[in-house]
Amino acid sequence: MLPKIFFGYFAVVMVVLSLLIVTRKNPVHSVLWMLALFFHIAGLYLFLNAEFLAAVQVILYAGAILVLFLFVVMMLNLKEEVMGERFGKEWPVGISIGAFILVLFFFTINKFSQGPTGQYTIERIKAETHTKAIGSVLYTEFLLPFEIASLILLIAIVGAIVLAKKTK
Amino acid sequence: MVPLEWYIGLSTVLFVIGVVGFLIRRNILIMLMSIELMLNSVNISLVAFSHYLQDLRGQVLVFFIITVAAAEAAIGLAILISLFRNKEAVHTDEMTEMKG
Repeated sequence: MLPKIFFGYFAVVMVVLSLLIVTRKNPVHSVLWMLALFFHIAGLYLFLNAEFLAAVQVILYAGAILVLFLFVVMMLNLKEEVMGERFGKEWPVGISIGAFILVLFFFTINKFSQGPTGQYTIERIKAETHTKAIGSVLYTEFLLPFEIASLILLIAIVGAIVLAKKTK
Repeated sequence: MVPLEWYIGLSTVLFVIGVVGFLIRRNILIMLMSIELMLNSVNISLVAFSHYLQDLRGQVLVFFIITVAAAEAAIGLAILISLFRNKEAVHTDEMTEMKG
């Protein structure tokens, strides 16, 4: 019973926060609501026995990506944004597409059946510690994707500098 | 024990809110944040599957998604800054260069 109450709290708060993110007029408010949402997602990860991912979520998303967003929001001129229209002309189309996807997904969830389970049970992860277990999978089975991820980050660094540089 | 379907349902709702936010907002900054919201909802479902199927590969996939999200945020914000510098515009309907 108690886990269900916990999950219910997290689910309700996360849905409300994400609705606030997409509907607020002032982008600064959106970013701050998103900060609260990311902390709740980290809490949900803790609830799912993924404590290293919860730490990464707080450090990377809340600490790095949102600060980047906040920097850009503060740099842009927001006076006209607060005055102007916040939704585009085509908003009924967007909402109907969203409702369609929602109905489609919920029909799919009803048909879901669980497959065979793997070898990392909770007891094994607890004995091995979560960070060590995830590292042993990341650096053996996923070594090549890990190297490619470093390349993606390099491209992001170079691309961001090239795009944001002043052209003469 | 919370059933796995609840997590998938939560993830679906968050994803759809992200899609709708991306489609209806005019501000490119909010659209980028909606993309982050969608990526996060996928992360939730991956971690839930990883926990319930007792396999760590889902959580490793979350790492790669976070990497791509960081790269996407950096490049998207750089595009936004150069747009604002050249056109003083952050709204999608004010950009008509491509005659879309």
